This record gives sequence, C-alpha cells and structure tokens, in this order.
Amino acid sequence: MDVVTLSRIQFGLNISFHYLFPPLSIGLSLLLVLMEGCYLWTKNPVYERLTKFWVKIFAVIFAVGVATGLVMVFAFGNNWSNFSRFVGDVFGSILGAEGIFAFFLESGFLGILLFGWNRVSPKVHFFSTLMVSFGAHFSGLWIVIANSWMQTPAGHKIVGEGAGRHAVIDNFWQVLMNPSSLDRLTHVFLGCWLSGSFLVLSVSAFYLLKKRHLEFAKKSIKLGLSVATIAVVLQGISGDSTGRGVAKHQPIKLAAFEGVYKTDPATPMTLVGVTHPKKEKTTGISVPGLLSFLVYRNFSEPVPGLDQYPKELWPKVGVVFQTYHGMITMWVLMLIAVILTLIALKRKKLGSSKWTLRFLVFSVIFPQVANQLGWYSAEMGRQPWAVQGLLKTADAASPSVSRGQVLGSLFLFSFIYLLLFILFIYLLDKKIKTGPPTEDEKPEVEEYRDQWSTKIGT
Amino acid sequence: MAAIGFYAVLDGFDLGVGAMHLFIRKDEHRRVFLNAIGPVWDANEVWLVIVAGALFAGFPAAYATLFSALYTPLIGLICGLIFRAVAIEFRSKHESKLWRGSWDVLFCLASIIIAIGVGVVLGNFIHGIPLNENHDYQGGAIVDFLHPYTLLVGLLSLATFMMHGSIFLVLKTEGELQETLRRWVPRTIVFFLFAYVLTTFATVIFREHMVNRLREHPWLLLIVLASVVSIGAVPYCMHRREHGWAFFFSSMTIAWLLCLFAIGTFPVLVRSTVQPAVNSLDIFNSAASPKTLTVLAVIVAIGIPLVIAYGFYLYRIFRGKVKLDHMSY
Repeated sequence: MDVVTLSRIQFGLNISFHYLFPPLSIGLSLLLVLMEGCYLWTKNPVYERLTKFWVKIFAVIFAVGVATGLVMVFAFGNNWSNFSRFVGDVFGSILGAEGIFAFFLESGFLGILLFGWNRVSPKVHFFSTLMVSFGAHFSGLWIVIANSWMQTPAGHKIVGEGAGRHAVIDNFWQVLMNPSSLDRLTHVFLGCWLSGSFLVLSVSAFYLLKKRHLEFAKKSIKLGLSVATIAVVLQGISGDSTGRGVAKHQPIKLAAFEGVYKTDPATPMTLVGVTHPKKEKTTGISVPGLLSFLVYRNFSEPVPGLDQYPKELWPKVGVVFQTYHGMITMWVLMLIAVILTLIALKRKKLGSSKWTLRFLVFSVIFPQVANQLGWYSAEMGRQPWAVQGLLKTADAASPSVSRGQVLGSLFLFSFIYLLLFILFIYLLDKKIKTGPPTEDEKPEVEEYRDQWSTKIGT
Repeated sequence: MAAIGFYAVLDGFDLGVGAMHLFIRKDEHRRVFLNAIGPVWDANEVWLVIVAGALFAGFPAAYATLFSALYTPLIGLICGLIFRAVAIEFRSKHESKLWRGSWDVLFCLASIIIAIGVGVVLGNFIHGIPLNENHDYQGGAIVDFLHPYTLLVGLLSLATFMMHGSIFLVLKTEGELQETLRRWVPRTIVFFLFAYVLTTFATVIFREHMVNRLREHPWLLLIVLASVVSIGAVPYCMHRREHGWAFFFSSMTIAWLLCLFAIGTFPVLVRSTVQPAVNSLDIFNSAASPKTLTVLAVIVAIGIPLVIAYGFYLYRIFRGKVKLDHMSY
C-alpha cells in the first residue's frame, strides 16, 4: 500500500475513533442543560442526582474526546502537508476560530461544571453547564463548516501556479455559508442529539429492566425520549434536505449513494439491495420514480446517473452505496425504538414491556453506527477529491513522509485506540452498574456546601 | 508568539506538576496534585491548539513543512498528549493500587514527554532542518532533529516547567505537604539554572545566528537582563515565602526566554540548515494572503479578550488551596 492509501487509512482511523465521543458530548451536554434546568425549576432532588450522575459520565466522554481531538490538529500537517499548504488560508482560519471561540469556552467552563459545585451559586453553575454545551456545539459548528467547504467550496480564490497553487479567502462569509453548510450542520447536530439521548434512553431502560433507581430512571427516560423523538423526526426531514443538496452540488456522490448508473426518467430508488459497480447494475427492492420525486419533487425528472461522468471521477460505489443505506437503516431503527417506547409509555406499561426495554438498551449503538456510516459516505463519496473540484486526494498527502513512518504510526494509533476503547467501555459500564448515589448518600453534598460557605463567609 | 507564551506559562505548570507526580508517594497527595490542575489543565492545553491553528492559518507553508518534517517526534508528542489527558480523568476512578499506580506512571511519563517534546520542536526552530529551494523537507525520519542541541532545549523546557509547576503546587497546598513541596523548589531551580546556562552557552557557541539580532540592536540586551533578574527573583521570593510573587517571576522567566527565542529567530519560521538564506521559510514567504490575515486578526481581536476574561474568572473561582471532595479527581 502506498503512502496516500496508508495516510487515508490512518486519518480514517483517527477521525472515526474521535467521532465516537464529541457527538455523545454534544448530545449529553444538551441533556445536562435540561436536567439541571429541571432541577433549578422544580427543586426536585431527583434532578440533582440525575445531573451529578450524568456529569461524571460526561467528564469521561469529554476527556477521551479531547485526547483524540488533539491528534486531529496535528494530523492535517503531519500526513496531509500538501492539503495544508493548499487550504491553509481557508481551512486553517476556520480551525483557528474553532479554537479561540469554542474550545476555550467549553474547556474553561468545564472546570466549573465538574468542580465548581460548591464554589459558585446554583445559577452560576447552570450558566457554566449552558456554556459548556454551547461551546461543544460551537466547536462542532466550525469543523462541520470546514468540512462543508471541502465538499462545496465557495468564497475563495485560487492563486499561484504549480506547487505554489493554493486557495485564499475572497469572502469569508461565503466561505462559512457555503452551499452545504446549513444542511450539514443541522444533520450533524441532530445526529449528536440522537447519540446523547439514546445513551440516556439506553441506561434508563437498563435500570427499569433491573428494577433499580426507578424514580431516577423514569425521569431520565422522559427527558431522553423528548429529545430523541424530536431529533429522530427532524433528522428524517434533514436527511431529505441534505440529500437534495448533495444531488445539486455533488451529483456524482448522490448517484453513487443510490447506485444509479443510467440516467433514465422516473429514476427508481433502491430501498435495500446490492450494487455491482463493474456490471453497473443495482439489484434489490426498488420503487420506480421515488428518487426523482425526492430530488426534484416530480416523479419523472431523471436524476443524473454515473454514466454522465468519467469513470476516474467515480468514488467507490460499492462501498458508499452500503454505508449510505446502512445509515438510513439505523435511522429507521431509531424511529422504531422511539415509537415502541412512546406506545408503551402511553399504555403506562413501559416498566413491564421487557422486549421494548431490551431493544432500548441495545439501541444505544444505532446513532453511533449511523454517525460513522454517514461520515464514511460523505468522505468516501467525495473521492477522488480532497477538496471537491480543486484538489485531488492523491495530490494532498505529505511528500516527505515515508511509508514506514505512516505504517508505524498507524500501528501505534490502532493499539492506543484499542486500549482506550476497552478502558472507556469498562469505566462507563462500571459507572452505570454502580448507578447514581441513593438517598442516604445525599447528606454528603449538604455537608460540603455548609463547610465551604462558612469558609468563604457567604 | 503570544499564544506560545500563554501556552508555556499555563500548560507549563500543568506539565511541571505532572513531571513531579511520581516523586510524591501518598495516594491522597497524588490526588491533591491532580486536583490542583484539575479544573484548569484542559483550558490551558487549548493554547497549544491555538499555536498549531495560528500556524496553520497564518503561515500554512510553515505549518505544512514543519509538521510533516517533524512527523516522528510529533507522533511521540501526540501520544504524550493523549495519555496525559486520559490519565488525569481515568486515574482515580478505581480504588485498586495497580490501576492508580499505572495511571500515575503514565501521567508522569506523558507530562515529561510533552515537556521535552515541546522543547525539542522549539530547538528545531533554532537549529534548523534541511530544506531545499522549494522549502521541502530533505532529511530523514529521526536523526535530523534529535541531536544534542535540540535535546538540550528539550531538557531546558522540562526543567523550566518543573520549576514553574513546583511553585504552583506550593501555592495550592497547605500544611505538611506544602512544607515538603517548598523543599523541592530550590532543587528544581538548580536544575533549571543548570539547563539554562548550558543551553545559553550552546546557543551562543553553536547557533551564533541567534545572537545576530542582539548585536544589531544592543538595547535588546535589556531583555537578557530582565530574564536574569526574573530568574534571580524566584529563589528570593521563595525564601521570603512570597509564593505568589515567585510564581509571577517564574512566569516572567518563561516569557523573557520566549522573547529571546523570538528575537533570535525572527523573521525565520522554519530555518533551513542547507542554504539558510535562500531555503528557509520565514514570515514573509510563508504567510497567508492579506485578506486571510485580516480575518484572523478579527477573530483574535474578538476572541482573545473573551478568553482572557473568562480565564481570569475561572482562576478566581478556583483560587486557594486544594480541597478534596466527592466530585474531585
């Protein structure tokens, strides 16, 4: 395998592992705001226990997210120096904004969120929780905008020749508001909220199944379900809108996603099936005219097939077809989970619906898989381009880095990530099985609050 | 440069605390170490991201060349960063001695690796790496940047952070632990002085170009004087139990040293050992376009004051001695 392929694998590994954590952080941060908000509003101590329990889980997720995220800042320069030279003005500026505006906000207020319980008033603490959540969302915003610029570049100018050819900012607002930013931001945030809410749903369902911490679990399942329901419905709408955006600005990608080789009127949509890029055929259960309708809102307008584009511009159709359909399948499963839970709650039978609860516990992986598959579709679907229409991936790697170096770092990262993943699951599992502190442990909090208040004289 | 300064002063003490972690034995004391930096280390580390980001956005060619050339040592640095972050969070989550002991070792080693790594990178700025006329890196994977001079700068970096971290710990502790730590500070100062003198000599003798600017503008020697005064003030303040001032002068020492670094290297960013006059990347030939630099200036103008404002607020809230409770590390 050559350096470019190895570098792609390494970057893929780095970013895939990293992406297990920020969506959970972002989603969970929203739920933390809701939980602590409920506590301040209702003064019900159950909400305080909820918040403190989930804050501890949040901290672990956030730490691994930071640890794996740091790698990314270096990765662009390490393995993709030609890419960095080409996009530095644009991409680097967006990343700089992410660091200055978002990272400091979330990390700074995280200190108060985790450790400031007894040092600030409850209102100030809630403000910190809000700031951490806002910061986390804000950092997601910048990086998605940066990636969106790679998909649908805008607001830039190309200057220089040969090796010195690169992109510079022409209109920063147009860079930020490039054609795919808004759709993809919505799509990603909804994916994050689904990650967070399904984690809460899963853990709550677990407690209901084991008949432990019942009051705690009932409150948290309602909070998780509210977010999950809204998010899963909106995600369907967002998926449709994003898909139409891809059809307009990255038609080759859409054709690959849907396995459309020939440009025919009333283009069918294959719901489930297999695509054969060599034979240029897609087999499976398909609905005639559906794709035309989804893209153009009429059943007959032909959707451009891969036949309109030279083969060297095709991405790996066989792979992205499956990742794209897999992502949608996950959404369907999440929808089912939400519907089943809503039905059981309406009938007031959730506590005894063992199979629904088991499904809910298992459902925590649906948003995780969806997020991963979605990104694989987006990134692999953009190939052979690193920056659509401007820079090919084959030209983007670091010329001075050798095969041996990348192979070495690839093994190293794989080993480290495997270790971290095992430890992460272990700690999460341990915390969940231990559960939140019961009523008798509560006095501990009051004691410290009184101690500290006397010390600082408030 | 300011970002490097902020990073060094802030994450510097985090790293210093980490580097000394294994020297203290009791579990409770180790928890104090972790909680001294607990609420602030993450935000401090963000300054490193800013340094990399500023380089990427402002001087893309320099970022690209440097980060790909220094591939191997940077991977080492990354591993250090990963393990330090994870160690702090994971360490106290389990009662077992094996668990805590292992994470203590990882936290300490990772902090040391980061401290030395940061120094080695700065050392390579001073020493230079082989570049050709297209400013592409010519050298090998390891040997070209892990030689005595850069390792010496790495050592200086470690020593500085340990001194800085030990003073920070004295500020954050009380009673018997504080007395123990007060006795450590002079040792770290000696370590620092040793590394500082050695590095200064090595720089003046082997990396003469660093002194050129001082020769051209002799008034800059005032900065050298300022750094010497700062260094002297540290043990003086410690002796008089003015720990806050000691920390201030320790921070100033770091600032002055970085000033000297900047003065010596300006305007070169990535110095070439081959044909330095022609092949090096400086702020002129690797800068982003004027429009980009304007955008960056605006981002900085809006963002940094905000960062400093709530940074101050954060440190104010967590001022005073470390107190362990059920939400601590």
